[in-house]
Amino acid sequence: MRTMVLWCPDWSVTAGLLELADSGAEQGVALDAAAPAVVLANNKVVVCNAAARAEGVRRGHRRRDAQARCPEVVLLDANPDRDARWFEPVLTAVETVRPGVAPLRPGLLAVPAPGRYFARRGAGGAIDGEEAAAAVLAEHLVQAGVWDSRFGAADDLYTAERAAREAPPQACLSIAPGSSAEFLRGLPVTVLADDGPEGAELADLLRRLGLVLLADFARLTASEVANRFGGYGADVWRRVQGREVTRLASRTPPPELACEIAFEPPLDSAEAVTFSVRTTAERFVAGLADRQLVATSVRIEAEFEDGVSARTWLHPRCFSSRDLVDRVHWQLQAGMASSGLRSRKGTGETITSAVTLVRFLPDVVEPAGDHADGLWGGGAEEQVVRGVARVQAMVGYDAVRVPVLQGGRGAADRQALVPWGERPVGLRPVERPWPGRIPGPAPSRVFAAPLEAEVVDEVGVAVAVTARGLVTGEPWRLRIGRRWCPVASWAGPWPVDEGWWLAPGSAGSGSGAEAGRAARFQLVGVDGRAWLMCWRSPGSWEVEAAYD
Amino acid sequence: MSVRPLEIDDPRSVVDQLRGRIAALEGGPTRLGVPVLPLLAGLVQLRTGGVYGVDSATLGLALAAGASQAGEWVGFAGWDDFGAEAAQQQGIVLGRTVLVPTPGEHWLEVTAALVDVLKVVVLRPPGGVDARSASLLEARLRARSAVLVVQGEWPRCEARISAEQVSWEGIGQGRGRLRERRTTLVARGGGRMPMRAEVVL
Repeated sequence: MRTMVLWCPDWSVTAGLLELADSGAEQGVALDAAAPAVVLANNKVVVCNAAARAEGVRRGHRRRDAQARCPEVVLLDANPDRDARWFEPVLTAVETVRPGVAPLRPGLLAVPAPGRYFARRGAGGAIDGEEAAAAVLAEHLVQAGVWDSRFGAADDLYTAERAAREAPPQACLSIAPGSSAEFLRGLPVTVLADDGPEGAELADLLRRLGLVLLADFARLTASEVANRFGGYGADVWRRVQGREVTRLASRTPPPELACEIAFEPPLDSAEAVTFSVRTTAERFVAGLADRQLVATSVRIEAEFEDGVSARTWLHPRCFSSRDLVDRVHWQLQAGMASSGLRSRKGTGETITSAVTLVRFLPDVVEPAGDHADGLWGGGAEEQVVRGVARVQAMVGYDAVRVPVLQGGRGAADRQALVPWGERPVGLRPVERPWPGRIPGPAPSRVFAAPLEAEVVDEVGVAVAVTARGLVTGEPWRLRIGRRWCPVASWAGPWPVDEGWWLAPGSAGSGSGAEAGRAARFQLVGVDGRAWLMCWRSPGSWEVEAAYD
Repeated sequence: MSVRPLEIDDPRSVVDQLRGRIAALEGGPTRLGVPVLPLLAGLVQLRTGGVYGVDSATLGLALAAGASQAGEWVGFAGWDDFGAEAAQQQGIVLGRTVLVPTPGEHWLEVTAALVDVLKVVVLRPPGGVDARSASLLEARLRARSAVLVVQGEWPRCEARISAEQVSWEGIGQGRGRLRERRTTLVARGGGRMPMRAEVVL
């Protein structure tokens, strides 16, 4: 399949002039599209149009030099966004005639060349068809306000681009099938400068080596090229040898998987929004299902009158429309309530500003087959999922958790409670050795925030740990809460070899809980209750976990 | 082709099961057995619709573990200090566990909603429980064929299991570490004599 490339020369200048004309039209100032103009970056000319070139302005000139050669030159700032923005109408104009447009960069696009039967005239066959197609496109572009467009057609993308750059205005240069390498070899090495800084460097190098045409470069052997001119040089060499062919990827327009719903007038209650997005969520899931896909990560965007709330939600299995509606509810609720627990009463509350639009964007999609229920599976679990969703509606979505294990040393580090319906992310691997963790049966109660405690020896002095890791006295009694209890047996101290890098000089920096010496103990009271305790260097005891 | 008689270890349990299933088909509330860990087997028999009291977190985990191992979903309400690793060591499958650490004032509604879909729910009530709330929840339990395990006060329990005479092995004065706990478990209630069992938990 042959490729056709459309090149709009000096697109930055054209886009800049178009924008100037657009803003000037409001003020009644007409601007000539053929006026000499340059685009400046860092006070140097990066692009100049034909009119400016005719006055002697060249790429690389300073602003002063350009103005000296051509006092009426229009100076434009470099703005890649503007270039892309103004290229959009060109893409659309081409797309109306020929679908499957692949934009390469602002000012350059590729389309599949028309087949043999397009506007066939004369004996030329394919070549005539391409020229006719180019003429049709050029006509459309002129109507769209783009006066200078050039076309190239060849077997591969690279050659077609080169051909477009060689073509005269509004014309098409067709390279006959099979003669791409021959065409490239006839070009001077300076054309490589169009490929960007890499190309400019290689063109400069080849010129200094005395190679004028790419044919001279093609005469070098493969090993010579590979050793001296790097990956890019080898690429160009393979092209002029006719060994490498870049085809236009047969791009199909991406299916529109995102779904959105706009509210007119805007809705100011989360309940109303949740109710209204139901069909959109169903459409979103159905759209994915049509393509045998399911979403495991969805980005939900809600636009308010004065802002946007966007959040990416992960699902442990895959999103159903009902899950999506729930997520919308939570996301809107989260914007409202400040307390951790959200009660059922709070849900009717109005949001600070009305919601104008809700959008679902698939973030990660996977083949539906990977997530299909087994022949016997699914039933009971579905019921659980629905029931737990009801609990979440009562107490807030993050009040329902799923416990998971992770690696770590302290009892609290070794587990994580993941909100129901979210996938655990960022967990430490369990299977590593984790030296320093307490072996044996795990404590059945792990306190999220350690409890305050006190441990004294026989004479009532607080037990501490010396710098050498020895206890100053035998634990005799312990107090957790208000109650004192004699110690039946104990073990330790096991020094905590963590956080020592925080210790020197950073005691006052707020990281005191982590810094300094610490040691873990196991203590058993005479009542049979056992505790996992931790002593920290200033002399404070805390309870990390209990073997209850 | 010969027909071999089925070998049944305990005919009575099979009869019980069949009766339960018949009752379930008839639509009445049923008292199906819920599996328990082998070490608790002689001590307590969990039946759907029942409320069982325990006095420690470990026992709460142990009572839920049997059902979890049998493939059921279990839940914990009011456990803000859930020890996930201990739960797994007891035999609870964490992937089929739902945890509501702090249900707050909605604890009764949350428990009722959990009971609807989970087989065993272990609840730590925030304080006193009045008889009316308890009977409402018990009716829900019977209708949904679930088991409630309560760590704390509850007006009426099928059985109350408590740990007596706890002793720890492997730890001395500054030596060793906690290795295993031997306890005497006592199950009271149901109008029967208290049952005792020495277990390693």
